Amino acid sequence: MSYFEFLSVNSTRFIDGTLITAMQTVLAATLAIALALTTGLMRLAPNALIRGIATVYIEIFRGTSLLVQLYWIFFVLPLFGITLEKFTAGFVAVGMNLGAYGAELVRGAILSVPRGQWEAALALNMSPAKRMWRIILPQSLVIMLPPWGNLLIELLKGTALVSLISVADLMFEAKQINATTFLSAQAFGTALVVYYVMARFIITPFMRWLERATARKLGKA
Amino acid sequence: MFDWRWDFTAEILPRLIIATGNTLLAAGLGYAIAIVLGLILALAQRTPYRALTMTVREAVEFIRSTPLVLQIFFVFYVGPQFGVRLSPWVAGMIAIGLHYAAYLSEVYRGGLESVPKGQWEAATSLNLSTARTYFRIVIPQALPPSLAGMGNYLVGIFKDTPMLSVIGVAELMHTANAIGSESYRFLEPYTLVGVIFLMISLPSAALIRTFEAWVRRKLGMS
Repeated sequence: MSYFEFLSVNSTRFIDGTLITAMQTVLAATLAIALALTTGLMRLAPNALIRGIATVYIEIFRGTSLLVQLYWIFFVLPLFGITLEKFTAGFVAVGMNLGAYGAELVRGAILSVPRGQWEAALALNMSPAKRMWRIILPQSLVIMLPPWGNLLIELLKGTALVSLISVADLMFEAKQINATTFLSAQAFGTALVVYYVMARFIITPFMRWLERATARKLGKA
Repeated sequence: MFDWRWDFTAEILPRLIIATGNTLLAAGLGYAIAIVLGLILALAQRTPYRALTMTVREAVEFIRSTPLVLQIFFVFYVGPQFGVRLSPWVAGMIAIGLHYAAYLSEVYRGGLESVPKGQWEAATSLNLSTARTYFRIVIPQALPPSLAGMGNYLVGIFKDTPMLSVIGVAELMHTANAIGSESYRFLEPYTLVGVIFLMISLPSAALIRTFEAWVRRKLGMS
């Protein structure tokens, strides 16, 4: 069977899988960004308890493997009365894992906004919330966007693990095709190329565009 | 709801500790491959041969932007299709070693680029060969700025070893899965795996930071 025959027979499976992977990526990214912003800010809170909660979350999710977290959320959490459907468990695990890495980026970026900006906002009598929201966060956004690009690629790669709890993503479909056709190079090779295209020709250009757009908005370009 | 069983914990703990040895072995072997191969990939990108440079650059990008677990499957299953049967350990070490070599090559590249150009000029004027310049002059100076990245990826490779369970490498995750399917109890094995990972990765991350600071101090860099 030529490669083109192989593709035409299996294209629907690859496309379905790619769509699920894209959905997992978008949902996990949304969760990761929300968690990263919340816990990144919590890490800078004056209250030790709030700081502590964020630290525990970040250290647990950065200190263990995504696969361990995924299995724990999917197999162990139901014992505590929280049963997540596999699709949900998948993007929740990926989002929580990458959110912990993102939190450190958020924290680092906020701390690297020049001291004078904080002082100026204070001198203008801004409330702490307003100072953070209007002055510090927009500037830290420019600083943290480049590493976020890498993190989103890590996140896309992370979603491949959800296939291990039988979410029918690209990786899962590749395994299924491999099992029925025994054409491993074609099945896994095609999936590798699709992941590469998503990372290199969708996520990376999008992040570059976002970097330019935010820099322009802040009058830095 | 919460029925943690300590007797069961005591029963499975020895098995998990033995498996931890395998996990550490896998991480160590994979890292050893990655350290050497990564340097080769980094140096290949600094040769004057454009075709080689571009090919290696693209290959590194490709490996870095595709999932490790898929690469593990690829290496494990593609061999037999062409008559080469790799054991899970060999396939796993190739996949994880190659994956992290791509990451480490980026770390080395940054380190190599941070060595001032004057060092090269001085070495050339002393009539040192390229190989000698690299090994005696450039790489020793490129190492300290690379240490932080190298340390992060050492912890990273350790945390990625559970993916080897998918092709049957008997490391921690694989053992926990086996215990789970034998006993239908998932709470203890999976939780213990998480705890073991935390107990190893948190102190080693701290240790690596201390080591890095020590090297910098020794070399008078900070």
